[in-house]
Parts: sequence; C-alpha cells; structure tokens
Amino acid sequence: MTLAQRKRLLMKASPWLLLVFLILLWELVCFAFQVPDYLFPAPTEIWGSWLEYRPQIIEHATQTLFTTVVGFALAVAFGLVLGMLVGSSPVIYKAVYPLMVGFNSIPKVAFVPVLVVWFGIGTVPAILTAFLISFFPVVVNMATGLATLEPELQDVMRSLGASRIDILKKVALPRSMPYFFASLKVAITLAFVGSVISETVASNVGIGYLMLSASSTMDMGLVFAGLVVIGVMGVVMYEVFALVERRMTGWATRGSDPAF
Amino acid sequence: MDLVEFENVSMRYGEDGPLAIENISLSVKENEFVAVVGPSGCGKSTLMKLVTGLAPPSDGYVYLGGKQVAGPQKGVGMAFQASNLLPWRTTLENVLLPLEIVAEYRHKFRREKTQFEELGRALLKRVGLAGCEHKYPWELSGGMQQRASICRALIHRPSLLMLDEPFGALDAFTREELWCMVRDLWQEEPFTVVLVTHDLREAVFLADTVYVMSKGPGRILVRKPVNLPRPRELSVTYTDPFADLVFELRDHIGRIREGS
Ligand SMILES: Nc1ncnc2c1ncn2[C@@H]1O[C@H](COP(=O)(O)OP(=O)(O)OP(=O)(O)O)[C@@H](O)[C@H]1O
Ligand SMILES: [Mg+2]
Repeated sequence: MTLAQRKRLLMKASPWLLLVFLILLWELVCFAFQVPDYLFPAPTEIWGSWLEYRPQIIEHATQTLFTTVVGFALAVAFGLVLGMLVGSSPVIYKAVYPLMVGFNSIPKVAFVPVLVVWFGIGTVPAILTAFLISFFPVVVNMATGLATLEPELQDVMRSLGASRIDILKKVALPRSMPYFFASLKVAITLAFVGSVISETVASNVGIGYLMLSASSTMDMGLVFAGLVVIGVMGVVMYEVFALVERRMTGWATRGSDPAF
Repeated sequence: MDLVEFENVSMRYGEDGPLAIENISLSVKENEFVAVVGPSGCGKSTLMKLVTGLAPPSDGYVYLGGKQVAGPQKGVGMAFQASNLLPWRTTLENVLLPLEIVAEYRHKFRREKTQFEELGRALLKRVGLAGCEHKYPWELSGGMQQRASICRALIHRPSLLMLDEPFGALDAFTREELWCMVRDLWQEEPFTVVLVTHDLREAVFLADTVYVMSKGPGRILVRKPVNLPRPRELSVTYTDPFADLVFELRDHIGRIREGS
C-alpha cells in the first residue's frame, strides 16, 4: 500500500474509528464509576434494549421518519418558492425578511399546542412542526443565492435581451444550487428536531412518544436507544443529501474535495 | 452610417450624485473600431452602460442604429475584465449561451443545436481553443477564459461588440496574442467595436479612432484618428508613427494628471 492509499483509507475509516473509541470510552466510564443504569445506561445496556424492543422501536421510528420527510418535503417546496420570490425582488426581500426572522425566533415547541388545538394530536402536528422549523434555512439560502448574482453577469444577459425569467432560469437558479443543497442538509436535521419535539409533546406514536413513555417508567436503556435511532436516521439522511449535493453541484468546488 | 451617436450626454448615478460623465458628443460609424482611454473612474464603464441601454442618460440623447436608446439593447455582445463564464457549463455551452437568449436564435436553438454547436466549435478553433469545448471554465487558464468570453460575445454576430478592459488582467504576452485574435476576427468580418482600455498601445494598435476622456466627470478631451495602414502586424508597434501616436496620447493623459 502506498502512503497516499493509506492516507485515503484512514480518511474513510476515521469517523468509524472515532465512534468506536467514544463507545468504548462510554462503556469504560460507566463500568469504572458504577453508573446506575436508570441514570446513564452503558452502550451494552442500550444495545440490550434495542434487541428487546426492536419491533416497537422500528415501528415508531418509521412514523418519525415519515413525518420528518413529509414536513421536510413541504419545507423544501415552500422554501424554494418563497426563496425565489424573496431573492428576485428587492421589495419582497425588504418586506418579508424581518417578518420571517421574527417568526423564526419563536421556539417551534410553542406552536405545538396551537397545532394540537387545530389538528388534534398525532401525525399532522408532527409534520407541521417539522415543516415550520426547517423551511427557514431553505428560504434564506435560496434568497441569498439569487440576490448575490454578479451585476456584470446580469448586464451580459440583459444586453442579449434576456427577460427576468431568462436570467432566473439560465443563470440565477443554477448559480444558487450550491446554496440550496447546502440548506437541505441543515433543513433535514432540523426537521427531525421538529417532528420529535411534536411527538414528545403531543402524540401517541413516534420515537418522541416512545422515549417519553419509556422515561416515565425509568427505562433509560430504551430512551437512549430512541436517541441513538434518531441520531442514526439524521446522519443517514444528511449523507443522502450530501451525496445529492456532490452529484448536482460538483462544479461549485471546481471538481476537488470540498473543504480546504 | 453612424451606428452609435451621443448628443450632449450627461449622466449621474442617483438623484443628485456627482456627474459621472458630462456633455459627451461622439459618433461611431458602422464597423468602426473605437477605443476609449482615460484615467480610472472617469466614466468609461458608464459610457458602455449608456450605449447598451443598461443605464439611462440624465441629460442628452443616445442613439443606436438611428433609434433612441430606451432600455437594454438586444443582441449586443459584451465582455469584461472578468470572463464571467458560468462554471456549471462547459466552455462550448458557455459560448452558445447567447443563442439560447437572443430572440433571433432562441426559437430554433433546440432544433438546430448541432449546427450551432458546429458554429461554436469553429469559433473556438479560430481563437485557439480547439479541444477545450468540453472543459469547464475553471479548467482553463485566465487567457483561455478570456478568449472563450470573447467568443461568447461574438457567437450571435452582434452588430456591436462592447469590450470593457477585456485584457486588463492578463500578462503582456497573452495580451498581445489576444490583440491579434481580436484584430483577425474583426478583419475577417467587420463589426462595430467599442473597446475600453487603460493600455495606450492596445488602443492605438487595434482602433481606428481613440477617444481620450478626462478625469471625472468624464468629458471627451481628444478624438484621435489612427491612420496606420491595415492589416496591422504586431511589428507595427515598434515603428515611429506608432510610437508618436502613443506618445501624443500619453501627453494628453499626462496633462489630465497635472490638471487635477
Ligand atoms: N453603480 C454605481 N453607483 C454609483 N456611482 C457609480 C456607479 N458606478 C460608477 N459610479 C461612479 O461613476 C464614476 C465613473 O465610474 P466608471 O465605472 O464609469 O469608471 P471607469 O472609467 O470605468 O473606471 P475604471 O477604469 O476604473 O474601470 C465613478 O466616479 C464612480 O464612482
Ligand atoms: Mg470600468
């Protein structure tokens, strides 16, 4: 193996190595200090809960994944449209921005009771909370991408007789794709936050609900198993969108590795 | 026949900002090669914006092809100091961009794409970029990008080509090479060119008429016809008549400096 190959292998393996190291450390700490399971379960304990409750966990996780993805999809569609409006018109930009920042500053958990009154408990508030929490980064990034179009490029296009739609289609939209895909990675993780919050407060399905009921019986192993499952789903979805991003906007990093 | 005509044109940015250019009258004949030189900030780029209708004059009239300019002119070719190529398009796709926009071509672009591609390839070959069609702009050197940018400005056979310091960022050798490239393109099929530059040798070598502008607010200080015979070889730049012309222009610019 050459040095370069070895280096690449190390790069690939590094997240897994770190993970294994942290789990071992965790196990060791729990063992060394005799931490009781009902406070802070060791990884082996969590694994045990996973094996024991697998069907339930998978069922609830599927529900959470579903509400998250639906909320996220709504957020992307809505965020794209609003972002395009905000980014391509200075008037709308001025009008909408403060309002949106204000709205986004409200903790989304505060909306859940309202949503429950409107839609009852369960799936709908979870979807809507995921949507509410995750559309903001999409709008902001889309608007930024569009609004930072180089004036010279606009001049070139306009002097060819391009309409606003032409400029949007041929230049502004493709140019803001890196911003857009970057926002997807943020939005999908936020969407998980939203749906789990809502499930914790007002639902009888989903990982959030599962964790809440487990903690009320002091079954910390199950609570942590739920946390780990959410984390894993988050990482997987993030990686999916990171892959899509690399596929779609390789030109933005000029064909080299992202990061410098 | 006059293609471009300025009648006592003044222009200020904003409502009551200082004048960017003041009382300019000039006319550019069809297929004439005009160069505009002057100190930085004297309003050369502003002049270009007025010709192409990207900015309206505050006073006076601008005519293009006998008609008063109102709004962005369609089908003018433009190239700037930065090449402004789109990084998500290959070089050939970049060059073909105007054909997707200009009214005359856009409706047949899909149908006659292969012919247009041939046209683009031929033009790229003319400027020494054969084999780079499918490379991305960021895979080209600065000089190559600039060539591609000029190809993009010419592909739709505009009646007017506006060049704003297109060779400003290049080294002396590449610059002279590109002078010859523009000269050959122009010699083969004449079109009207307005070239903005800081380089007096460039102006005298390429142009039929050189305008010297004064420091802001920009006024036309001198109109100097260049009567060197065409076609001009690079060696002409080492002859006495050439040096005399450059020296004379240099003298005017020098006086602008002292005057301030
Ligand atoms: N968008 C703008 N808004 C306000 N003022 C402007 C704008 N563009 C240019 N100006 C002003 O107009 C004057 C002329 O600018 P212009 O860009 O035409 O100069 P220039 O001759 O092209 O300079 P350079 O050779 O450095 O490119 C300058 O004083 C500048 O400050
Ligand atoms: Mg300029």
